[in-house]
Amino acid sequence: MSNVLLDVQNIKKYFPVRGGFLKTVQGHVRAVDGVSLQVNEGETLGIVGESGCGKSTLGRSILRLIEPTDGKIIFEGNDIRKYSHAQMRAMRKKMQIVFQDPYASLNPRYSIMQTLTEPMYVHGLYNGKERAERVRALMQKVGLDPSYASRFPHEFSGGQRQRIGIARALVLNPKLMILDEPVAALDVSVQSQVINLLEDVQKDFNLTYLFVAYDLSVVKHISNRVLVMYLGKMAELATSDELFFNPLHPYSKALLSAVPVPNPEVRKERVILQGDIPSPANPPSGCVFHTRCPIAKEQCKKEVPEWREIQTGHFVACHYPGEGV
Amino acid sequence: MASDVAKMKGEITKAHKAVRGRSPLQLAMGRFMRNPLAVAGSIILLIIIFITVFAPLFTHWSPTNPDIMNTDAGPSALHWLGTDSNGYDNMARVLYGGRVDLTIAFAASIMVMVLGTIYGGISGFLGGWVDNLLMRFVDIMLNFPFISLVLVLEAIFNTSNEWMLILVVGLTAWPGAARMIRGVFLQLREQDYVIGAVTIGASRMRIIFRHILPNTLSLLTVLVSMSVAGYVGLDAGLSFLGLGVPPSVASWGAMLNTYSDYISLSTKPYAWIPPVVMIVLTILSINFIGDGLRDAFDPQSRS
Repeated sequence: MSNVLLDVQNIKKYFPVRGGFLKTVQGHVRAVDGVSLQVNEGETLGIVGESGCGKSTLGRSILRLIEPTDGKIIFEGNDIRKYSHAQMRAMRKKMQIVFQDPYASLNPRYSIMQTLTEPMYVHGLYNGKERAERVRALMQKVGLDPSYASRFPHEFSGGQRQRIGIARALVLNPKLMILDEPVAALDVSVQSQVINLLEDVQKDFNLTYLFVAYDLSVVKHISNRVLVMYLGKMAELATSDELFFNPLHPYSKALLSAVPVPNPEVRKERVILQGDIPSPANPPSGCVFHTRCPIAKEQCKKEVPEWREIQTGHFVACHYPGEGV
Repeated sequence: MASDVAKMKGEITKAHKAVRGRSPLQLAMGRFMRNPLAVAGSIILLIIIFITVFAPLFTHWSPTNPDIMNTDAGPSALHWLGTDSNGYDNMARVLYGGRVDLTIAFAASIMVMVLGTIYGGISGFLGGWVDNLLMRFVDIMLNFPFISLVLVLEAIFNTSNEWMLILVVGLTAWPGAARMIRGVFLQLREQDYVIGAVTIGASRMRIIFRHILPNTLSLLTVLVSMSVAGYVGLDAGLSFLGLGVPPSVASWGAMLNTYSDYISLSTKPYAWIPPVVMIVLTILSINFIGDGLRDAFDPQSRS
């Protein structure tokens, strides 16, 4: 378990904001602002936060689909940010992504067979017959009838397309898979099927997941550890159980209290945050959360809280962790 | 590139005959064939192309060998549409004339599209400062005075022919196409399936030629068909200004120019109506085809 597969160190992604007559850089949107995390082989790390907190950008930066501004991405002991374009291409078969929108993630002019054989073709793996054989096996694995292989994406439902997307990510036997809100665009009934499928293939292929989502109940179900992000920064990181039963950061508490409980008898204390998420182009001073924090004190406006380990494996960035809300 | 398509297709046909999918292109063709106006336009255009290509089957007169004993004649059994002041047979000139007009229209459109796709594709795919620079040059080219260029070139070479016109159109009209293609490239570059192609390790060339370009095909076809219609009238317009192909070359535009004086217009309708009808029919049929293609590729756009 303790074999670190991915070690992200202080990764940053700033998008320049240009304006004015000469399109000069007026400032930066700090989409991801100094995130460090280690992912162990075979585990699932969930990343949660409200929309705009930089969790998708983080996922794509790790794959260098968006070039990070700063930081290190150490995968299997090598900093992949130092890789050349050619090295990166060869390396890509080890890390794959499943996209949120199954309607946009498949080339409309490729049949399923073409979509699924292309990765093997690109890397020169297997011969023609083996490729077709593997595609059929993989389609079976993700719950699709292999006789549909010559069909095109528009002939499938959203859930089926997401299965195809998962199959495409699996073709190359990757080690790390970034799941960028893979079920957010699906019906609830289909969501659970896809989640189960993801759990099955994780076991079968010994995959490591980085699960980006905003649906906390899904994250709790699938993750070993969970990272809470707010405004491009890390707020709290703990094992799934620890975070859900003993959240220390007031933002985590607010998030958790928003999870609906399917039991009308249970009366829950809701922590309702005031106001909107501040602009990442102009983040608040001190602790970025202080503008909406119910327990914010004078210190929070001035000092940036340190990222510290409160208990073994439970990290939080807050001056007053665990204080009553 | 072609071999891997064939390979992939081979794999598919070998492996799966059970449930055949219908590709977006096949669906679009189906929709096109069900559009009566588009089908009618295609048929008319094919007929026009047929009679211009096989003009010798329909007349034994040559469009360039004058019947000097019979100049300025009215319609007769010998010359169905009469002859012009040089003794050229009007029937032959209508039939052969389409060759020049259609060549100019198709060759110029294809040249514009090829240049526009290469330029716009590079600009949109690379983005950033390259895109900025290339697009500022497009802004300059968009304001390039086309007619002046024709005038200058005719003055320099002291002649004009259809290939010069094609070249001039090709070299001045591509910026509009480049701008449109760039927009589509910019948009498709950010699509998940293109990013997906990056994550599987596909090369840039592969991403451009297998993932982006095929998905601009529908737009390209529509653009070509629309611009062809525009360029059919171009020769007529330039000839009217005296800038088209020389009168000795048989073209619909040149015929119109010959009969563009007031007296001819009122007394010799048999001579100028046929080329006008041909030009109008050609433009109309190509426009119907273009509309049909647009609706076929993008069913939501139908109003």
